[in-house]
Amino acid sequence: MDKVIYTKPEAMEDRFTHYCPGCGHSTITRLIAEALDTLKIQEKAVCVSSIGCSVSSYYYFKCDGLEAAHGRAPAVATAIKRCRPELYPFTIQGDGDLAAIGTAETVHASARGENIVLFFVNNAIYGMTGGQMAPTTLVGMNSTSTPGGRKTDTAGYPIRVCEMLATLDGPAYITRVSLHNPANVRKAKKAIETAFRVQMAGLGLSLVEILSPCPISWKLEPTNALKFIEETMIKQYPLGDFKVIDGVKALIEGVNPCSPK
Amino acid sequence: MSKKVLMVGNVAIAEGAVLAGCQAYFGYPITPQNEILEHLSKRLPELGRVFLQTESELAAISMVIGAGATGVRAMTSTSSPGFSLQQEGISYMAGAQIPGVIVNVMRGGPGLGNIGGAQGDYFQAVKGGGHGDYRIINLAPASVQEMMDLTMLAFELADKYRNPTFILVDGFLGQAMEPVIIRDAVTKFPAKPWAITGAKGRPKNLLDSFEMNPVNYPSRVKKLLDKYEIIRRNEVRFEGLLLEDAEIVVVAYGSASRSAMSAVKLARTDGIKAGLLRPITLFPFPEKALRELSLRIQAFLVAELSGGQMIEDVRLAVGLDCEVDLVNRYAGVPLPAEEILESLRGIALKQRKN
Repeated sequence: MDKVIYTKPEAMEDRFTHYCPGCGHSTITRLIAEALDTLKIQEKAVCVSSIGCSVSSYYYFKCDGLEAAHGRAPAVATAIKRCRPELYPFTIQGDGDLAAIGTAETVHASARGENIVLFFVNNAIYGMTGGQMAPTTLVGMNSTSTPGGRKTDTAGYPIRVCEMLATLDGPAYITRVSLHNPANVRKAKKAIETAFRVQMAGLGLSLVEILSPCPISWKLEPTNALKFIEETMIKQYPLGDFKVIDGVKALIEGVNPCSPK
Repeated sequence: MSKKVLMVGNVAIAEGAVLAGCQAYFGYPITPQNEILEHLSKRLPELGRVFLQTESELAAISMVIGAGATGVRAMTSTSSPGFSLQQEGISYMAGAQIPGVIVNVMRGGPGLGNIGGAQGDYFQAVKGGGHGDYRIINLAPASVQEMMDLTMLAFELADKYRNPTFILVDGFLGQAMEPVIIRDAVTKFPAKPWAITGAKGRPKNLLDSFEMNPVNYPSRVKKLLDKYEIIRRNEVRFEGLLLEDAEIVVVAYGSASRSAMSAVKLARTDGIKAGLLRPITLFPFPEKALRELSLRIQAFLVAELSGGQMIEDVRLAVGLDCEVDLVNRYAGVPLPAEEILESLRGIALKQRKN
């Protein structure tokens, strides 16, 4: 008998996505769905979508979904968790959403240590609106609103979200991963799973920043987009854990971590 | 037996919310509504319910969205500048049909204005305020008792129509102290099969205002518009005083209607046949009642704490053949009954000359 070694995750809807070819969002969608399967929490998970390319991400999971206004997803997820602690809300937010218009909601949900999960898709660009400068656009990087490249004298410097939030006492788990090759995709998968486990264990807020390719707005071939992450983006946004509280360490290293609390 | 106690208006709103089964409150401090936030900061946790002081009014309304989406009764309260910030979330709520109660204890404006009571947010609250095609049920209490009662009603209507509902009240009433009969707590709540409760044993629930397919969007908005028509038909509320034989009708809501009531009674002792129509719902507006009055009454006087906002709805309702005058105060200043009385005398004098 043939053995199935690769199939669509249970928690993922059987439909086309609206993502562009080579976009990292598709991979992230799959990784989240795999985590929902592994942890068996699809019936309790709630996808809070944001504004940008993640706008209709709730279409792609077989769990309840809710739309947040631009930047407000952490506030929406906060209320879901406070009102129905048995649910597992997670947000999927781009860099413009989480680190520009939603900075206040991001910082304060983190400072309160809300027991929610934030997935932060950093592709250093406003993809949905056609490639304008994001708060994470690299210095010198071209965008449709920084002709000739981002200049620091007028457009300032990119924000390192993980580093900034790691200074707060509230969050439990802050990590940055990347999708630029299979080994790193596997690490991203593990981080996504860990973030859900942190919430299941009631340990507090997790933020997983995912460096993600946007070949269309970057005007690069998909393979070159991955190379751009590896060779350029990681220099500005180094990968790794920025905050792992003791409880999370125990969770990562401990036994039987998957049993829901 | 019902208990009667002395209560500040803002606290009556907070207690009304508690009695209505409000499970979650989110708010940001702003004068003159802080008593609501402060009262609930103690009261809700005592009851095992959710209280959260937010980082902004934007976050507060977004949390009302999240809470309301899970099917619990949720509320925020604010005052004019904060109400402006909340228009974003209110538009999303209307689009996604998420119920919730938003209290605006109005102060002087525009801009930072001042902290005195005012009714200058009428256009914003009654006509929209946020973007897109939507309407909000507006309840306008005129006493501390009504601040409790209409807050309870606001939760009921929000659930009934899956729509945000406003309590629109001025800062004077927010700070006023009056006796209040404490109502019985609500114990029966409607089922909410649409709510975000986890997709277990049912298809997933999605709550959004977004429609990717342009072909589908008009029918979706049409459903909202049809709902507003039902609200217009079913939910008009107003109070009439001495309207039967009135020759001049004062139209006023909130604390302006209190001054107007005194003015109407004083005018009657002067032999002026004045009456009062007090809208309790500002949307839906009691336009039919005003239209009917306009068939036999030619003079209307609108008393409001703004530059003249509700007067536009009165003019629309009564038509061009009626004279509609304005007596007003604005910028956080109360409207004395004597001033309304003076206007009534002026109108009566003109009527006699004609």
